[in-house]
Parts: sequence; C-alpha cells; structure tokens
Amino acid sequence: MATHPYLPHTEADLARMLAAFGAAGLDDLYSDVPAELRLSEPYRLPAPISEAELDRYFASLARMNRELVCFAGAGFYHHWTPAVIPAITARSEFLTAYTPYQPEISQGTLQYIFEYQSMMCALTGMDVSNASMYDGATATAEAMVMAVNSARKRRRVLVSETLSPAVAEVLATYAAGLGITIEMIPEDGGVTSRTSLAEQIKAGDVAGVIVASHNKYGIIEDFEGYADLCHDNKALLIIHSYAADLGVLRSPAEWGADIACGEAQSLGMPLNYGGPYLGFLCCRQALMRKLPGRIVGATTDSEGRRCFVLTLQAREQHIRRQKATSNICSNQGIMTLHAAIYLSLLGAKGLEKVNRTGFEAAHALATGLCATGRMQLLFADKPFLNEFAVKLTDPLTADAVIEACLAKGILAGVKLTDDTLLIAATEMCSPADVNAYIETVKSL
Amino acid sequence: MNKNLYSPLIFELSQAGRCGASVPSYTYAEATGKHLPDSLTRRAPLELPQVDELTVVRHYTNSSNNNFGVDTGFYPLGSCTMKYNPKINEAMVGRAGIAPLHPLQPVSTVQGALRIYRDLEKALAEIGGMAEFTLNPFAGAHGEYTGLMVIRACLLDRGEHGRRKVLVPDSAHGTNPASAAMAGFEIVEVKSCPDGTVDVDDLRSKLDDTVAALMMTNPNTVGMFEKRIPEIAKAVHEAGALLYYDGANLNPMLGIARPGEMGFDVMHINLHKTFSTPHGGGGPGAGPVGVRAGLEKYLPNPRVAEKPDGTLTVEFGADSFGRVSAWLGNFSVFVKALAYILTLGSENLMKVGPLATLNANYILNALKDLYELPIPGPCKHEFVFDGLRDKSQGVTTMNVAKSLLDYGFHAPTIYFPLLFHESLMIEPTESENLETLDRFIAVMRQIATDAATNPDKVKGAPYTTPVTHPDEDTAALNPIVTYTQLCHK
Repeated sequence: MATHPYLPHTEADLARMLAAFGAAGLDDLYSDVPAELRLSEPYRLPAPISEAELDRYFASLARMNRELVCFAGAGFYHHWTPAVIPAITARSEFLTAYTPYQPEISQGTLQYIFEYQSMMCALTGMDVSNASMYDGATATAEAMVMAVNSARKRRRVLVSETLSPAVAEVLATYAAGLGITIEMIPEDGGVTSRTSLAEQIKAGDVAGVIVASHNKYGIIEDFEGYADLCHDNKALLIIHSYAADLGVLRSPAEWGADIACGEAQSLGMPLNYGGPYLGFLCCRQALMRKLPGRIVGATTDSEGRRCFVLTLQAREQHIRRQKATSNICSNQGIMTLHAAIYLSLLGAKGLEKVNRTGFEAAHALATGLCATGRMQLLFADKPFLNEFAVKLTDPLTADAVIEACLAKGILAGVKLTDDTLLIAATEMCSPADVNAYIETVKSL
Repeated sequence: MNKNLYSPLIFELSQAGRCGASVPSYTYAEATGKHLPDSLTRRAPLELPQVDELTVVRHYTNSSNNNFGVDTGFYPLGSCTMKYNPKINEAMVGRAGIAPLHPLQPVSTVQGALRIYRDLEKALAEIGGMAEFTLNPFAGAHGEYTGLMVIRACLLDRGEHGRRKVLVPDSAHGTNPASAAMAGFEIVEVKSCPDGTVDVDDLRSKLDDTVAALMMTNPNTVGMFEKRIPEIAKAVHEAGALLYYDGANLNPMLGIARPGEMGFDVMHINLHKTFSTPHGGGGPGAGPVGVRAGLEKYLPNPRVAEKPDGTLTVEFGADSFGRVSAWLGNFSVFVKALAYILTLGSENLMKVGPLATLNANYILNALKDLYELPIPGPCKHEFVFDGLRDKSQGVTTMNVAKSLLDYGFHAPTIYFPLLFHESLMIEPTESENLETLDRFIAVMRQIATDAATNPDKVKGAPYTTPVTHPDEDTAALNPIVTYTQLCHK
C-alpha cells in the first residue's frame, strides 16, 4: 500500500496487523457486505494532488471571487476581525477537540463556553445562555419552539412582518413540521403594528410573539408596552437582535423580553460567504430547563477547585431522545470562542466605538445619498443604527445603483425591491469609501 | 496538557480602563450631535471584561493547555470519527478568498465560492451514490432534520398525509429520534437482534401505511454492517416508506459501498467526521444532505445551480420544503472538506474505509480476552465492549475511561449505545499508526490488570489531569451558568 501523508500504514504494518488476528487480507473484514453492493470501480474523482497543487487550485478559485467595499448588511455585517482571534481559535488544543464530554481534559473548552454564556447574558440582560445555536435564524426557530413547549396547548406564534425574511422563512419551516401556526403581525410605517399586535394577541391561543430590535429596514424598533401586552395574554416575548448592536441598544431584558435570540456574526466574524456564524439564545431563569443545546455550569472538583462541566443534560437528545428540547448536538463550538475573545478585546468601550463609527458612517452616507436627489429614506422619521432603506427616484433602479457601484468596487447594498435598497455601514467603511459611494450615485 | 489547572476567568483579569482593541475613529460632520433616542438605548452599564491584548492572548493560550484535542493525542471516541484534521485544509480557507464575501453580493462576484460548493456537492454525490446534495445544513442533526423534511415534502406531494411515523432502531444515536420529533413525526423503535443488527421481523411488523421512513446507520452504532440491508430496503419501499441513511458511520464504507446502492433514498454526511474538518470543541460542523433522483426538487433553499454557460447561480426552487439556514451553510467547512477530498484523491479515499476498519479490528482482537465483547467481530470502524470481563472488583467503564486520561489518551465513548450496561465504544480511525494502537492496547491491558489487582487505583482515576472528578450533581442541582451568578452564589 503506497503511503499518503494521512495514511500511515506501510506494507509491513498491514502484514503484521492482519496476521495478528488471522485475516488474509482487508477484504476479509468486509465479507458481510453483499457482493452486489460492493463498489465495482474506484470513485470517479480526481487523482491525489500535493499541497502545492492544492494551493494553486484554491488560489485560482479565489481569483473568481471579488472583494468589494461592503455596504451590504441584511443580517450580516462586515466588521474587523482582531488578529488575536484567528491566532487563538486556530490553536489545535481548542480546534481539534470534540464536545467536552470528559471535563477533566476539556476545561479549556468548558471555560470559554462559560465565559461566552456570561458575556451573552451581559449583552442581552438575560439570566441564562446556552452554548450556541447554528445561526440567528435557527436560534429564533428554537426560541419559537421553546415558547410553544412552555405554553402547553397554545400553538399560535405571532411574528412581526419586519423580521428578516430569511429568518421568517426558517421559522416557517420549523413551524410546518411541528404543527405550529405562525401569524404575521403587519408592519406600519416600517415597524411592527402595535395596534394589530394588540388585536391579534387578544384572540387568544398565542404562545409567543417574535419581533426584531433591528428590523429588516434597519429601523430600531420601540417595544414599550410589548412585554405587558404579551404577559397579560400569557404569551412570551421573544426579541431577535444582532449581537454587536446590543453594545448600545436597550437590551431585550430591559424591554421585558423572556427570550433573547439572534445572530452574533456581527461580533467580528468574517462574512465567509454565509458562514460559519453564530446563533445565540438566552432566556430568563424560569425558562432554563426549556433551553435547547449544551449549557456549561460551574462546580468544584474532588479537591475543591472550581471547574466547569456540561450541565442540565437531561434536556438533551443523547439522554431524552425524542423527548429532548431539541435535536441539536454539534453547535457552533469554536465560534463561541471567537465571540468571547472579541468581546474581551473590545469590552464595553470598544463595542460602543464600533457602534458609534458605524452609526456616523451610516448617517453621513444616508445624508449624502439623499442630497443627490436620486433617492430618499424609505422611512424618514424612524431611527436607525448602522443600516437604512432608501427609495430610489424614478427612473433610477436598485439594479442600476448596484451595477454602477460594482464597477467602482463597491457593494451598494441589498436590493429590497426594484426601487428600494437596504444599505449598511460599519467601521470598515472609511470616509473615502462613503464619499466614493455618494459620488457614484451622483454620476448616474 | 497542563498538569495544573489554569483557572482564572477573563472577568477576573479585568481592570477598569483597559482595552484590547483598536477601532477606527472616523467622524463625520453630517452625524455630529446625532444619537439614537434615549428610549432605545441601553440602561444598565455593559459588564464586559476590560483587559489589554496580551492578557487576552495569555489567558486563552493558558486555557487551551487545559484541553485535549486530536493534535494532543489519540482520541478513540466512538461514533465521532476523530481523524486527523489536516493543516493544509485550514490554510486553504484563507487561500480561497471567501473571508470578505457577503452572502448577498452579486453571484457574478462569487463564482469561486460557488464552484467550491458545487464541486463538493458533486464529490459527495459520487461517494454517497446520490443524485444531488445540499450543503446547507449546519451539523449532523440538522442534516437529519433536513432529510426528514425532504421526506415529509415528498409524502405530502404524493398526498400521503397519514404517514406520521418514523422508525428508529433502538441502537440509534439520540439525534435520530430527536430530529424526527423536531420534524413533527411520531417515533417508533425497532428492536435489535442479539448481534446488534436490526430485527427484520420486528421491522416488518411495524411497516404499514402510517410509516414515513426508517432511519438507519450502516454500519450501525455497534460497528456491525447491516447485511440484510437489501431486504430491509425492499420491505421499506414496498410499504411505501423511504429509507434514511445517517452518515455518522460512513467512514468505513469509503472505498467499499455507497448508501445509494444499498437502497437509501436520503442521507446526510458529517463533514466533521468522515471528511476531516475539525470538530472545534462542539462545532461548526456541516451536515450535507443527499437524495436519490426524483427528490432533488424538495431540497432546501437556497440552491446552487449551474447555468448552461457553465457559470453558477443561486436559486430558490418552488417545490423546496423551505429554508433551514439563512444562506448556504457553514461555508468555510466546505473548503476544508473539498481540500481533503482533493488531497486524498480517488485512490486514497478508497483506502480510508478499509484502513479504519483494520485499525478497529486490530484493537478489538488484542483486547477481547480482557474486555467483554458482546458482539463478536469482525467489526467495521468501531466496536463496543461491555466493560471489563472481570467485573468482580467493581471497576466500571467510567473508571476505565478516566484511567485512560492519566495515560495521555482521550476516553472512548462511554455508556452508549444503550444496548449494554457498560458500553465502551472505540473508534480509532485510519489516521493512527501501529505504534499508537500498540501503546493504547498496552495501556488498556495495564488498566485491566490494575482493575483486578489494585482496583482502588483505577477507581480513583484520573490523577494527573488539570482537574479531578467534577461534582456534576451539584452543578445540575444549583446551576451556575454565568459569571454574575458565580459572584452571587
């Protein structure tokens, strides 16, 4: 057997190993696989290549991608990744470990998950966080399932029309399987219609209400009175957020929410064409045992030293099987380490600065773009943080803006409709970038 | 690995006024004096650590030394396929130029990324014997869920609303019944025979027009190949149900057989098992789902599609059951899996299964005189001992597992599958060389000897790890899950 760097067996090893238990050849080990099922020929895949050739191949693919100055958001934001993060997350002690089933040799993983949980609770104001969900959309779906599981027989969930459509579609998938009825709360002037919510919830049978703090138009919504409205009708209030925003926004707990969920990609995670990102899911103490997924808790070892373990595992699939709170097993592991390092490096001050810089860039861009006369804010009276929607002045189209910006190496935003565009700015956009965008629109 | 625990929390290293990051301080005249209304902003101060950069680096570096990974030592964790995670795969994530790509940027500017998705999808289809794959699911359990939703959509399309049950062998991974429950199915268990394989008579008695699918791993969780699979597939299909392949145990089938040819209709693959992507202490993984011809249209949105001119695009199909992810999944994981497939190439991928199986059988045979082997070999990639043969001194599987830690090995999977009281499930993978296997065997034999002659020594293990026996009962009784709670306990 010819050796490959990943396959250590020499001919001598093979002979010795087979002889050790009296097998004539490797085929003996598969005598139970019916002949008609056996592969009749090798996989129709390329021959092996060296690292150098692999490097050349991926470099050639990279040339088919184009890095742009990013003014797109819609749930995924381009932030700087501090150099410390990849240096630490690449450490193989962390990266090549499995789920921390053996706490004696997994304190590294367990401790950073505990730190992550603590930081997410600080951001959301909640009491408890799990050890992550796959992404913001699945975290929100699990929040919905939590609400229904806490509500006994009530199976209606109200979801604001202003929630990200991608998240809403994932909710629809999970609801369909579980027989949960989703009813959309209409939008009014770019935000959740409070009047409609009040009417819909009074119809009864509502387990939970899902709203977005930073909505699909970039608007920061006001949830004053929502918690009372929900709780008076025995429904849970679930607020979806983008984690970095929570450095400055009123927290879900401060709005009186029961569950806080959302996407933590904005904590400096590379866009990576869609992932891996990080879903977060936090709740009030009373709902702790309804939380899905891993949770890490503090305890002491036999010598009295503080240490950490996976806890409350009786909620989970490997113990409860079909009665588990969820089927989740692998989650986003190392991304929670990313989040913990990011939040440690930035602290409250750094996070505030990231938000302020994005706020200023977005507001300057909005002012500048509207001053061209080619577009106006879609909802001029509504507050936003780092993202806003514009309506283009006829005959300008979203496609035309995107096309013209692309020629200048700028990603103009995300098309909402033919004549509306969603635009975001972060600390990654320099004043020159903002200006280049405005000049490009002026030239149209 | 540390012998002594590095224990402070990052919060405990905090000093007011410190910061470990530099943020651009652009200001804009147009934004001067503008603020969000007070009603929308945070009230309570945000309690995050305040630490300088070196403190952060030292903290996590020292913390990593409390951890054990595949790169630290042998990790024979059954059903987890802890094979070597090649370094070049990690490097290729940077090389592929995907980091700055926004998921919603025009497809013309992400052709390289889409090519990675498409090439991996095709390679998995070749290996799985399936018509098409989606790479969108984020993990194995998420893949199971996705596959079951494909089955649900197919059955609803056929007008078969009464098929509400999913059959699951009693040896199955916990995710199988849990995923079926998430997809809204009722779960019915199928019994195992004494040899650990599916009891086909029991299966037949449960197959009727209320059954949507049978979920199986093959080899199963005790490492046995389900040799009656053609008969099982026939029975399932004749009953009008579909057959689901849980790819958690695909590794020993590389180079041997394809799930598609075994009769499976839908399958998932754990890229973080068979295709060498690191598990990351709990993720991110990836759970691509493949389907046989005829089921492609139900796969989740969005889909990567090839246009007649050879360029790639992202589409939303009308017959899809919906979305399971905001975009196309854990993308950087795909780069690593594709790098692995290209590096091994067809000829070496063909060797992976047999060598993984050889390694498992070598260990099984070297230890079966001292450890109870409830199901005789040959096994496939893994096998299960039911604890020590000599149980007279009261040494348990837990004790054996903890003893292994003192010798620099990770423990096998313990107390799973649930078929045996003292399950000790060993999966070495093809990555390990003969010397490592011999060392592991010698240690396992030493532990068995100690269990007979000095049982208290084994029962007291581990002795050399950063911490010893954590009090898990107190942790569950009075959960302390944040630093704030720790300060107020």
